[in-house]
Amino acid sequence: MRPAGGSGTLGAPARSRHLGESRAVRWLLIGLAMAFLALVLFVPLLAVFAKAFEKGVAVFAAAVRDPDTLASIRLTLLTAGIAVPVNVLFGLAAAWAVTHFRFAGKNLLVTLIDLPFSVSPVIAGMIFVLLCGARGVLGPFLAAHDIKIIFALPGLVLATMFITSPLVARELIPLMQAQGDEEEQAAITLGASGWRTFWHVSLPKMRWGLLYGVVLCNARAMGEFGAVSVVSGHIRGVTTTMPLQVEILYNDYQFAAAFAVSSLLALLALATLVVKSRIERKSAGR
Amino acid sequence: MNAGSVMAAGRSRRGVLPGFGLSLGFTLTYLSVIVLIPISTLAWKSASLTWGQFWSTATGPRELAAYRLSFGAALAAAVVNLLFGLLLAWVLERYAFPGKRLVDMVVDLPFALPTAVAGISLASLYARQGWLGRWLEPAGIHVAFTPLGVMVALIFVGLPFVVRTVQPVLRDLSPEIEEAAATLGAGRAQTFLRVLLPELLPAALTGFVLALARALGEYGSVIFIAGNMPMRSEITPLLIMIKLEQFDYAGATAIALVFLGVSFSLLLLINVLTWRRRRGGAGALGA
Repeated sequence: MRPAGGSGTLGAPARSRHLGESRAVRWLLIGLAMAFLALVLFVPLLAVFAKAFEKGVAVFAAAVRDPDTLASIRLTLLTAGIAVPVNVLFGLAAAWAVTHFRFAGKNLLVTLIDLPFSVSPVIAGMIFVLLCGARGVLGPFLAAHDIKIIFALPGLVLATMFITSPLVARELIPLMQAQGDEEEQAAITLGASGWRTFWHVSLPKMRWGLLYGVVLCNARAMGEFGAVSVVSGHIRGVTTTMPLQVEILYNDYQFAAAFAVSSLLALLALATLVVKSRIERKSAGR
Repeated sequence: MNAGSVMAAGRSRRGVLPGFGLSLGFTLTYLSVIVLIPISTLAWKSASLTWGQFWSTATGPRELAAYRLSFGAALAAAVVNLLFGLLLAWVLERYAFPGKRLVDMVVDLPFALPTAVAGISLASLYARQGWLGRWLEPAGIHVAFTPLGVMVALIFVGLPFVVRTVQPVLRDLSPEIEEAAATLGAGRAQTFLRVLLPELLPAALTGFVLALARALGEYGSVIFIAGNMPMRSEITPLLIMIKLEQFDYAGATAIALVFLGVSFSLLLLINVLTWRRRRGGAGALGA
């Protein structure tokens, strides 16, 4: 989060001449930075939309209306619809426990919360195959009770939950640490119940950080590829989420359709960035 | 006032707020079911391997080639991101230019854009007929289906990390130290190298390691542009994927263990770096 009144550009014109670079150096550095960004970020982003509409709007519309694509959109919404709310609960609980109480092993807990960040998505998917697959630890038990997890929705949801589990917690822990708990203590001292304090004091205080955590978690849940790819089995129209549908279409040489689905995901990413920058400005102006 | 005392003040009062049992209980249960128990199956699976089996599967020629590519490309990409990340953070914090707010927003794109989308976009850009490939190929620069392509994808994925770790430190740096350096006769370049850079380095290194860790495990954005030729442009996560598709769970586990070992060492390194930064307490309050 951006603190208000930083010494950034606002202070720059007031700096003395010795503390700034010459005009030429300044524009050289800006030019270099922008050239790098254009090459690495802007051109690939632009290409997604350009190629989505390369064959015309009719091809784009047909690609998006394809039954398998529609099924993948539904599946993506369903997966994120389950994984995100559960991870929000986890993030709230973890942040509450870590920031408001002192207990042994807290640093270890924070490290473990971050753990999924350093696990390759493919390995994340793989551990669920080892756990719940036909030859996995729970395989015989699940087969006996006719529960399908791998190559089915529960596997997709579990893998997505694993990958996105740190996101809300990571957003809330530093925020709640910085805000402290004086208000909560006052509310409790004045006789409010724990839940009432949480709803009317804590939640409003952290709403922007929470919203950003939710938005980021959602973007990652809908866009997850590697982990979901391992547990999906790629059954067309049944276990293919949108990113997997992109892969299938691309490998079938249906480039326009692949980029059409991609452009929807890219729009989601852009919306996420807009929300993020809005929230940052809001919390800076507070 | 340093970070330690602020945190100590927050911690010293405990027991007033309710919900300790509920929040910690839910956190531990969820973490166990979703993260810890699934990860521990790796250990369970590897217990069925003997050392000899583990060693021979984990160090075959195809595996070694994949490690070399994964670590080499991730390291190279992280170095590029370190240099340009410092540059971007500097430009975004210190200079005013048109479109700056938009640029600052878009830096986070790799966090939000699904990796498969980035993957097919980069693959089509650097293909022979692509927007960039049609200029690079005749010049003899082959990006698509080469290790260079892997690096290009990893640069995309790791771009935001250094920028976002350095920016807040740069913003909170007090102007006095630069003024002091200038007063004492240091030139601008000298001030940057001797005064500013040491202040920024811990944050930059944290970003570097984060980018490296992310690049090591990356899959979606790489596989489309890499071409995935064994021994040449096959990354480690893809090799794990191939073993899984062949139901070679023992082989996949062995490779995954090697890979996780390195990733966790990196995570440890990050924590040591942040811990040292906190102890130093130089401006990076509670970062």
